[in-house]
Amino acid sequence: MTSATSRPTPAAANPGTAAATAQPARPKPAPPSGTPVRVTGAQSLVRSLEAVGVEIVFGIPGGTILPAYDPLLDSTKVRHVLVRHEQGAGHAATGYAQATGKVGVCMATSGPGATNLVTPLADANMDSVPIVAITGQQTRALIGTDAFQEADICGITLPVTKHNFLVTDPADIPRTIAEAFHLAKTGRPGPVLVDIPKDVLQEQTSFTWPPELRLPGYRPTTRPHGKQVREAAKLICAAKRPVLYVGGGVIKADAAAELLELAELTGIPVVTTLMARGAFPDSHKQHLGMPGMHGTVPAVGAMQRSDLLVALGARFDDRVTGVLNSFAPDAAVVHADIDPAEISKNRRADVPIVGDCKEILVELIGAVKAERANGTADLAPWWTTLDSWRTTFPLGYEWPDDGTLSPQYVIERIGRIAGPESIYTAGVGQHQMWAAQHIRYENPRTWLNSGGLGTMGYAVPAAMGAKFGMPGTTVWAIDGDGCFQMTNQELATCAIEGAPIKVAVINNGNLGMVRQWQNLFYSERYSQTDLGTHKHRIPDFTLLAEALGCAGLRCETREDVDSVIHRAMAINDRPVVVDFVVGKDAQVWPMVAAGTGNDEIMAARGIRPLFDED
Amino acid sequence: MSTHTLSVLVENKPGVLARVAGLFSRRGFNIESLAVGATEHPDVSRMTIVVAVEDLPLEQVTKQLNKLINVIKIVELEPSAAVQRELLLVKVRADATVRSQVLETVQLFRAKVVDVSPEALTIEATGTADKIEALLRMLEPYGVREMVQSGMVAIGRGPRSITATAVR
Repeated sequence: MTSATSRPTPAAANPGTAAATAQPARPKPAPPSGTPVRVTGAQSLVRSLEAVGVEIVFGIPGGTILPAYDPLLDSTKVRHVLVRHEQGAGHAATGYAQATGKVGVCMATSGPGATNLVTPLADANMDSVPIVAITGQQTRALIGTDAFQEADICGITLPVTKHNFLVTDPADIPRTIAEAFHLAKTGRPGPVLVDIPKDVLQEQTSFTWPPELRLPGYRPTTRPHGKQVREAAKLICAAKRPVLYVGGGVIKADAAAELLELAELTGIPVVTTLMARGAFPDSHKQHLGMPGMHGTVPAVGAMQRSDLLVALGARFDDRVTGVLNSFAPDAAVVHADIDPAEISKNRRADVPIVGDCKEILVELIGAVKAERANGTADLAPWWTTLDSWRTTFPLGYEWPDDGTLSPQYVIERIGRIAGPESIYTAGVGQHQMWAAQHIRYENPRTWLNSGGLGTMGYAVPAAMGAKFGMPGTTVWAIDGDGCFQMTNQELATCAIEGAPIKVAVINNGNLGMVRQWQNLFYSERYSQTDLGTHKHRIPDFTLLAEALGCAGLRCETREDVDSVIHRAMAINDRPVVVDFVVGKDAQVWPMVAAGTGNDEIMAARGIRPLFDED
Repeated sequence: MSTHTLSVLVENKPGVLARVAGLFSRRGFNIESLAVGATEHPDVSRMTIVVAVEDLPLEQVTKQLNKLINVIKIVELEPSAAVQRELLLVKVRADATVRSQVLETVQLFRAKVVDVSPEALTIEATGTADKIEALLRMLEPYGVREMVQSGMVAIGRGPRSITATAVR
């Protein structure tokens, strides 16, 4: 199973050096102060990163970013983790940011290094994750000449970042870094890229901190409008079939406690989107689960039949609404979001509230308390309906007829054994949906996945980033065999740099979600979805794991599931990969087929709930 | 579809035009006309963007534009409350036999002749889109050899300034 050969020991030696823990004594650079200091652009960059509080940078050096890596060697505050692929650096920064709430940082050289960051930047942009990417660029004189490893990364990432900067004067470095971090973490969070030419890093300049931000066009609204909040409170107290539609913004605003208070104050049912799993405890009786394409029947049904949707930090994504014109036809909409452009983008809001979700919820709780003096609608009939759906259509799964292992069972058991204090990441596909459905989340920032962009290969590097951010927490990457083969090289990083994550490869030998669609919509014609992982056992994931410095385990039977998970839980000196060989025919249910309305939800194959039958 | 004129104050920085243009194309909005230039404030440029959209998409355009970090302020200028101008330079075939007729048209439209050669006149005209179009219709029969037109620029009527409050 696991090899006993000698391995590099840093993993075991320092499993938790992510942040501010002890490091060997080195000459300390002067702390940032108000007086200018003569430095190189590169030193200015590293000092700026220290000054904004960066603990860890994921990256790979190369020609144009080389000057920055020299002072980085001397930094006692910023740890650099040498990844194996820049995409891994980007997702690690995202995983770190999602797990900790801090800004994640990745670094790459110009040209291919920078273009390899495009996918994680687009991913972070779609899921509003605060990360800062720093890229080297060709020298100023060579920009625009198709020089070696030159890519117009600002042009390329323009549509997939919140903002980006090309620094042309070393004196601008501190201000640009400060602005980049400010932009990334405030307002609607998002990725920011800072591109710095090599000669700008090499030139002498002066460093002063703090710099003055110059962002005349950037004034995010955080404080909600009082009148709108009171209007929302009125609707909330009058609604007979209300639903709290909770999105990822609640987690980003650290507003889970306020959400719980509002929910318990009003008794309104709660649904949490894919990006909001963990924002509200799954164990809470008011929680109906996840809405959307693979949401629970009660969650989807509640939204469809509701008379008031209170959307909190959610964006009416097509995967939630299904066909828009048949989505929640009778519902009035209160839409609270920090991004005014989201409000009424897809569904017209009756009461728009622009602001930070935490501030909105605090004010809303106050307004609802005041409004409740005038009486509230009786929600008992609504709950009777919802409870009947919960009883009739609970989330479940069937064991495969062919005796193979059920992937849902595996994921459910991991969730039970690792518990709600662990962090779970996922790739994209069937395993992601099962992990969203069958693991019980109780806390925010414990479920990290690629929701908007749907980036296969997200799980392993994101888990690595999360582990560096939360070294004391168990981190499980729930991955598919397709996804795992896209980014597993970062397990070498995890093994060497000390991030003992646990990876469950839900190995069905296929690109499972695509296969499911071929089964349902393409007459079972399985075009290019069989990866051969089962047929040929290529790659052998346990051997691959060991080659990458991890423990490799395999589980093929129901009887072994718990014991293998326990064994994986017990290994903490290096990463663990468990190859769960599961059946290929398991499907994700419930399902709203793409292009149909939410009323067409199928609870399971051939079973369509009729919400109007009381 | 109705036409809207947006005055957009932006930071005078490289790449801002690409950000604005890219936003329009990726969100599926068409720009009818675009003009960019300096303002009385050296750090601020002003774009006049004419779009033909319904009210709801217009709201999205404006909100998305506002999200661009370099965009400072957006004001929609109502045609009735604004002065709108376009600039036209047009080279018209005009030999001795028709030159006087062409010159008469130029005078009627209060346009100017800025270059003369034995076979052609180059005419400069400013005005609203309607006036420019009308002038071109009158000149077409003589033979338009070449023309170039600016995007529309516009400024609100009255003493108020949209830049005064936007720039610190």
